[in-house]
Amino acid sequence: MPYDLGIPGQLTLALAPDLVLLGGAMALMLVAAWGPESAARQRTVGIGALVLCVAVLAMVIAVAIRQPSAANGVIAVDGFRWAADALFLLAAIIAIALSIDYNPREGILAGEAHVLTLFATGGMMLMAAARDLMVLFLGIELMSIAVYAMVGLNRRSPRAAEGSLKYFLLGAFATAFLLYGIALVYGATGSTNLAEIGERIAALGLSRSPMLLVGIALLLVGFGFKLAAAPFHMWAPDVYEGAPTPISGFMAAGVKAAAFAAFLRVWLEAFPGVYTEWHKAVWWLAATTMVVGNIIALQQKNLKRMLAYSSIGHTGFILVALAAGTPQAATAFLFYLFAYTLATMGAFAVIIAVGQSGGSGDRIEDFHGLWHSNPGLAVAMMVFMLALLGFPVFGGMGFFAKWYVLQAALQAPAPQTRLAIILVITSTISAGYYVWVVMVMFMKQRATDALRIPPMPAMTRWVVTASVALILFFGVYPEPLVRLARASTAVGIAPVDGGPASTAALQGQ
Amino acid sequence: MLLQEAAAAGAHPLAGTAAEWIWLVPILPLIGFLINGLLSLSSVAKLGPKNPAEHHAHHGDHADDHHDAAGHAAHGHGGSHDDHAQPARHRYAAIVSLVGPAVLALSFLLTTTIFIALAGAHAETPFVKRMFSWIATGNMGIDASFQVDQLSMVMAMVITGVGTLIHIFSVGYMQDDPGYPRYFAYLNLFVFFMLVLVLGANYPMLFVGWEGVGLCSYLLIGFWFSEKANADAGKKAFIVNRIGDFGFLVALFLLFANLGTLSFAGVNAGADQLAPGSALVTTICLFMFLGCAGKSAQIPLYIWLPDAMAGPTPVSALIHAATMVTAGVYLIARSAVLFSLSPVASLTVAFVGALTALFAATIGLKQWDIKKVLAYSTVSQLGYMFVGVGVGAYAAGVFHLVTHAFFKALLFLGSGSVIYAMHKAYHHTGNHDDAQDMRNMGGLRKFMPVTFILMWIATLAIAGIPPFAGFFSKDEILGSVFARTHGSTLADATWLGIPGSTMLYAIYVMGLAAALLTAIYMTRMMLYTFHGPNRTGEAERTHLTEAPWVMTAPLAVLGVLSAVGGWLNLPAFFPAGPVQALHHWLEPVTGQAALRVTKGAEAHLEHSTEYVLVGIAVAIAAIGIAFAIARLKPQALVTKSQSPASEGFARVLEEKYFVDEGYDKVVVQPLLGVSRSVLWKGMDAGLIDGLVVNGSAQLARGIGWVGSRMQSGQVGTYAWVLIIGVVAVLGAFSLR
Repeated sequence: MPYDLGIPGQLTLALAPDLVLLGGAMALMLVAAWGPESAARQRTVGIGALVLCVAVLAMVIAVAIRQPSAANGVIAVDGFRWAADALFLLAAIIAIALSIDYNPREGILAGEAHVLTLFATGGMMLMAAARDLMVLFLGIELMSIAVYAMVGLNRRSPRAAEGSLKYFLLGAFATAFLLYGIALVYGATGSTNLAEIGERIAALGLSRSPMLLVGIALLLVGFGFKLAAAPFHMWAPDVYEGAPTPISGFMAAGVKAAAFAAFLRVWLEAFPGVYTEWHKAVWWLAATTMVVGNIIALQQKNLKRMLAYSSIGHTGFILVALAAGTPQAATAFLFYLFAYTLATMGAFAVIIAVGQSGGSGDRIEDFHGLWHSNPGLAVAMMVFMLALLGFPVFGGMGFFAKWYVLQAALQAPAPQTRLAIILVITSTISAGYYVWVVMVMFMKQRATDALRIPPMPAMTRWVVTASVALILFFGVYPEPLVRLARASTAVGIAPVDGGPASTAALQGQ
Repeated sequence: MLLQEAAAAGAHPLAGTAAEWIWLVPILPLIGFLINGLLSLSSVAKLGPKNPAEHHAHHGDHADDHHDAAGHAAHGHGGSHDDHAQPARHRYAAIVSLVGPAVLALSFLLTTTIFIALAGAHAETPFVKRMFSWIATGNMGIDASFQVDQLSMVMAMVITGVGTLIHIFSVGYMQDDPGYPRYFAYLNLFVFFMLVLVLGANYPMLFVGWEGVGLCSYLLIGFWFSEKANADAGKKAFIVNRIGDFGFLVALFLLFANLGTLSFAGVNAGADQLAPGSALVTTICLFMFLGCAGKSAQIPLYIWLPDAMAGPTPVSALIHAATMVTAGVYLIARSAVLFSLSPVASLTVAFVGALTALFAATIGLKQWDIKKVLAYSTVSQLGYMFVGVGVGAYAAGVFHLVTHAFFKALLFLGSGSVIYAMHKAYHHTGNHDDAQDMRNMGGLRKFMPVTFILMWIATLAIAGIPPFAGFFSKDEILGSVFARTHGSTLADATWLGIPGSTMLYAIYVMGLAAALLTAIYMTRMMLYTFHGPNRTGEAERTHLTEAPWVMTAPLAVLGVLSAVGGWLNLPAFFPAGPVQALHHWLEPVTGQAALRVTKGAEAHLEHSTEYVLVGIAVAIAAIGIAFAIARLKPQALVTKSQSPASEGFARVLEEKYFVDEGYDKVVVQPLLGVSRSVLWKGMDAGLIDGLVVNGSAQLARGIGWVGSRMQSGQVGTYAWVLIIGVVAVLGAFSLR
């Protein structure tokens, strides 16, 4: 059932999930602002936000089943968008659920915290939907501004303030590059519509145009910043460490996923004709990111910082699939992000559960001998670490995630053999810090003065249990998810409607 | 490939019958594992203390660990009984006793139903039940699917049938062990993996089962892990098997690289692309056989199996005699098409099998531990099976596998019953002697008449006395070897320069020699255990009794099977009954491959020749038994503690040719040396820790130092790095 995006009513329909989420978020904002800050109000708003997210998720699924489509317009109506939306909503649901327990403990009573998460999610959904650079920019800003505020939610913490300011300053800097890139691409092609850009690059033979290439390069810088790809990653460890732990998880999973979704769509729809031109830059970005992220993670003593570097490493892994530049990459990307979101947010949830009021729980010593005091938490953390490592069976779907990325890289028309080798080597290096966490949990003794870990609050318990269950289940039985990911990327995202030059360019490699 | 399979399944005569439920056969034991596993977890800490003072001393955060260890150390086995406290029965023992065997019995019933459906369907092609796509990526599509065919169902019948009996026996044998639920959890898990191994429809599924049974074997060998020797035996089994598994994996990689598929149907169909006798197919088969040699304890990887006797005796019966160790034989029968293409590999299999059969039998002659005798006997009999599948008599190999499962399970359980009685007797008087050493037994026939009679049946069966089961299967293998000395692809091939027919004659003679030794050492074991005067001790003698019915009843069933199991596959010259039933049954699976080896002719000898061969075999078995009875004097034996050390060749045999010591000198110590000096001190501590880990830490610290030198603060540094990145990206675009 194709939509005609020129008709306002149909455009509204195509944007319905995004609009419902943002509208609901504004209503909740009013609820939050209605009275003084209190733990109860915080909780009410949080539950409301959760319900809203679940409702929108159901809506997205309902829409996706009907498989609507639309001719070229500013908004994409395809499976990739719905799959990405579902991922963002999953990240938001986990983050809000964790925040409901975490925020009162840390003295954050503002209900607006949850509303900001909703706004950020709305921005992400817009990014996944954008088929026009202007809509994309709108989405990025909507997400980013909300996240800047979320990082600094804990006003009593100097680290939070520092992280928030750093992220904002550097983010503004990177946005300038992004915007400049958009301007140059528009200048070269005369359009901001992705499909039109692709067509014109092919039709006008622009693959040598310096203006276009500089524009693409600057866009890459802008995206690289949001993805935390090296060398644009410097902010990530400080920000993840300073931010409230649920928000660190939300950033590592959701924000990164949104940036990737938009990146993927822009590169596969607008720029397949200049694959040879951008390939080398993405290649180096992937290689540097894998090496830097995984090696520096080795010596982190703080788990939140370690996970920040680990998330940088994972950015590199996904970039490997993108360097191949095929629709299979999009499939691998969706599967990877699902596994990665569950494992990363699960790990942050365990950090929350282990920690006490005041933000401890993220030092490696806090995990010494966890198996002896809290076997359940230790086993869960082990599953998350092994999933991030890509270990078979006990790491569940983490293994398949890495496997599919490798496959996408190796079976592309232009096989990325060297990148695949770097991926495998850096994965091996990453065992050095993932397995280390497992080791201290099971083989070290708990410090005698270690505080007793309080019983897990209900929401946290649910998040941890569900994440472990899903990771292990899809590790044995990944088929339905793979089929979904494949179906989501079968139409729409493929560069077929991006430009006729795409296939030729890929085969020319 | 998927489409073909789907189409085949749709039109298959088994579609819509009980075979659709094949997945439930392995799942039932898995459910048992989950239930028993949960029970074993939940209640260890609540187990009643045996010694209240000790319990209180350990009360604290780690109560569970201490208690677990204490429980096992107290029970122990062999000569390790230190305390005379009442055994602590697990609080959920009753539920476990019900669940453990019941899931197996249900599984057996379902297998029987499917077996009957298969027998009625006359299916020429396997029925593949596809569950889900397990690994689907690029050009590799592997399904989680189960295969119902004549071979897999025979194996499943043996596993669930014998498995049920051994589970029931275990209820009596293990009931007083503090780790009772854990024991049944492992045992059920083992059966699950074993069924995955034989029912899987492709090599990766088989491999999952293969590794899974290896894991369970490790867990059960080291079941009483608080004693270091047991834990070490478990590790030894696991590590030796890794060598074999490496070979198996290489074979799979080669198969996939050359045929592009790993399903049995796909490999069977695609094998035509492989040139007969080519280096490729020989390489694949030899690597596969390396895997079999590890799992099925053949030379040179047999060394783990005798040590594996450290586990509970029912485990030895189920895993290390009846089922897991025969997985290698199953693998070759399953890959019959490949092996039939490579006469050289087949001759290797047969020769290694014959050598193992003979070699292990000589060691069996001088062992004193009753379980060690049976362990070497198992290695030897596995050798026979490999002779069978090696010479292309796949049905004969599988036939011996089945009968061996009957009589060897009976022998092991019988020895378990003996050890149980000895244990109880020693326990009553607080004696610390070795309950498994035959020098401490003797004359047990008076105390354990049921076990005595049943074990003699098994002994006659393994020795090859008609009409017991082993006679038919062993004779079938030896006859097949003889039949292939002329007019087969094996006879025409050369093996390291030796003509194939010469090799086959040598294998035949080695088989006969092993049969003679088998008769001798088995009779020796029976004489020393059950005949002559009793050497257990005056006080202990009064406590020697027959095992309870829950243990003797499974023995009796196995006794019947050992006696009549040979009727499954009567020889062709037999005057009555349905001859060669199993042979015809397996024809859809292995028939084509067997015909390729014999160049299309049915490999049957003249009946007169057969009569002569059978005569020779029976005579040799009878001579062996008579020789043992005539020469061995149980009356002259003294107990273990009073026995002098043996000398000369007897000592060489008793010490198992010093193979373990040799491996230790040639393989283990050099490996440890290299690991310590090069890998650990050099690579790990020096290069990785020193240079990479510490080096990168130094580097990062260096970067940090540079950062702190910059007066603009960190954000400025970050911005600078960002700018460097921008320049680099722009460079990458311009420098392509």
